[in-house]
Amino acid sequence: MIARLKAFGAFWYDFVVGDDWRIAAGVVAMLAVTWGVSHTSVPSWWLLPAAIGTVLPISLWRAARASG
Amino acid sequence: MSGAGAALFAAVFLACAVEAVEATTIVLAAGTTRDWRSALTGVAAGLVVLAVVVAALGPALSTIPLGPLRLVVGGLLLVFGLQWLRKAILRASGYKALHDEAAIYLREVEAAKQADRRPRHGVRDWYAFTLSFKGTVLEGLEVAFIALTFGTNQHDVPLAAVAAVSAIVVVAAVGVAVRAPLARVPENTMKFVVGVMLTSFGMFWGAEGAGAHWPHSDAALLVLAPATLLFGLATTAVLRAQRNRSLGAPAAALGLATGPSLRHGDATARRTSEEVTR
Repeated sequence: MIARLKAFGAFWYDFVVGDDWRIAAGVVAMLAVTWGVSHTSVPSWWLLPAAIGTVLPISLWRAARASG
Repeated sequence: MSGAGAALFAAVFLACAVEAVEATTIVLAAGTTRDWRSALTGVAAGLVVLAVVVAALGPALSTIPLGPLRLVVGGLLLVFGLQWLRKAILRASGYKALHDEAAIYLREVEAAKQADRRPRHGVRDWYAFTLSFKGTVLEGLEVAFIALTFGTNQHDVPLAAVAAVSAIVVVAAVGVAVRAPLARVPENTMKFVVGVMLTSFGMFWGAEGAGAHWPHSDAALLVLAPATLLFGLATTAVLRAQRNRSLGAPAAALGLATGPSLRHGDATARRTSEEVTR
């Protein structure tokens, strides 16, 4: 039973989060920052593209380095 | 069809086609080496499960207010899109083995030949049934989510459904016609494009859901998608150049697997090949 629950959890983790949890964590963090900034007078639309322009290359660089 | 409608259709059709190609490979392996009736029963059972998921999730999604829906769905699409894009860039730059349907087909065929042939629950070949069932459900789940969320966000679920069904019909028809893995489908390129589209829509809806206002509203997507594509291509070029440098530029340019560093590269490709099926 425990093994099945673990497999179920692993499936959903893999389905939603995927290979690099940092990407999912970065997206969640930046959505929260966007939400916070959008309640001020500062434009917040650029935050998500800027975060992706940073998080994706870092994730790729780590994967490239790991594969030698 | 409006520009947004065309983008919705293209994104759902491509995502669905990619997953349908992968599911077709699995079903073909089960059908040709084991038992077609059991394999097709597995597909039918898988489609019923997916229909139940869609029927349960669809109305639930439509009851959520647009703001929170776009925040959650945008965030999820963004995570999915970035994972697709990440894999596509790693494959295109040579850091990850390309998705090879022919190799996957042979592997599935080999495994199918070795499994016992047993009837169960009225199904003639339980292995063929479960292989096809799992292939259909697992490959279809992500597509069902993409089609539903795109359709709900764009207020056009029927168009998303038509795109999804069209892709399945086209891929299944080709699969039945050739009775072989669809190795000629430019799957890696399609995954790159789908990754770009999911990332672009995810950014757009996620930011809107979080309260941001895009300059020029929906027209911002016309800049966001090409910019994401260019960013993906540029990142691929940088990584490919980096890999060529690390392998030794002259040999890599000629495609000669002679140097010790290239042999190391091949070992890397073999090591990552197990991830290819994911």
